[in-house]
Amino acid sequence: MAETAIPYVVKPHPVTGIPNGKFGIWLFLASEVMLFGALFSSYVLIRTGAPHWPPSGGLSSDILNVPLGTFNTAVLITSSITMVLAWASCKMGNLSRFKMWMGATVLLALVFLVVKYFEYSDKFHHDHFPSHDNFFAIYFVLTGLHGLHIIGGVIVNTYLLGPGSKLWATDPEHFTNRVENAGLYWHFVDLVWIFLFPSLYLL
Amino acid sequence: MTEMQADPHAETPEQFKKHLSKYYVVFVALLCLTAITVGVSYLRLERPLAITLALVIASVKAGLVAAVFMHLIDEKKVIYAVLLLTALFFALVLTLPSLTVFEHHAGIPGT
Repeated sequence: MAETAIPYVVKPHPVTGIPNGKFGIWLFLASEVMLFGALFSSYVLIRTGAPHWPPSGGLSSDILNVPLGTFNTAVLITSSITMVLAWASCKMGNLSRFKMWMGATVLLALVFLVVKYFEYSDKFHHDHFPSHDNFFAIYFVLTGLHGLHIIGGVIVNTYLLGPGSKLWATDPEHFTNRVENAGLYWHFVDLVWIFLFPSLYLL
Repeated sequence: MTEMQADPHAETPEQFKKHLSKYYVVFVALLCLTAITVGVSYLRLERPLAITLALVIASVKAGLVAAVFMHLIDEKKVIYAVLLLTALFFALVLTLPSLTVFEHHAGIPGT
C-alpha cells in the first residue's frame, strides 16, 4: 500500500503562502490567546470587583518575590533569543550550533521551572494555597497553566534536540520548519509571561 | 495565489547572517524594558498610572517579541488575518466582564 504523504510540510501552500505546519501552529496560538485571555479576563473581573487588592492587604510586591520573578523574566527572555538562534543555526546549515542553542533553551526552561518550584514551596510553607483567597487562586491558576506550557515546550524542544534531529540528515528544510514552529510556540509562552509578571507581581 | 516576498525564510545561509544582529538588539531592549518595569514599580505611583505604564511597557515588549522573534514583521497576509480575528475576540472577552462589574458593583466572594 502506498504511503500518503502530508502535503506542504516544506513548500508553501499555494493558497496560504506558508507551509501547513506553520499555519497550524498559528491557529493553535490563536486558541491559546483565547485560553489565557479568558483567564486574564477573570482576573480583571475579580480584581475590579474587590474592595482591596490583594484582599489580605498590602501590595502584590509584598506577597510575591519580585527579585525571583524578575530573574525568571530575564531567564525566559534569554531562552527566547537562544530559541531564535537555534532556528537561525538551522537556516545557516549548522546542526551543531543548533544543538548548542536548543540545549541552552531547554536548560533555561528548566531553570525557570526550578525557580518556580522554590516560589511555590515558599507559598505552601506559609499556608498560601489557591484556596487562601482570590489573589492566590488567580496567581496559582495563571502561573500554573503557564508552567504547564513551559513543560510542554521542554518536551517538544528536547525531542527536537534528541531523536527529532535525525530528520536533519534526510530533510533539513522540513526539520528547520519544525524548529521554527516550536520556536513560535516558545516565543508565545515568553509573551504570556511578559504580561503575567507585571500583572501579578508588580501591580 | 500568494506572492512570495523577500523574507528571512527565503534567503541563503550567507544572506541570512545579517539578520542575527537585530535579534541581539531586541534581546538587550527586552532586558532593559524589564528593568524599567521593575524600577517604575518601586516609585509607588498611583495605581491607574502604574497599571497603564506597566501594561504599555509590556505591550512594547510583546510587540518586539512578536515582530522580530516570531517574524510577524514580514509574515504572510493569512497570518495577519488570523491574528486580527483573534485580537477582536480577545478584546471582546476582556470587555464583557468589565461591563458586568460597572453595572452591579457586586462583591465577589474571596475578595
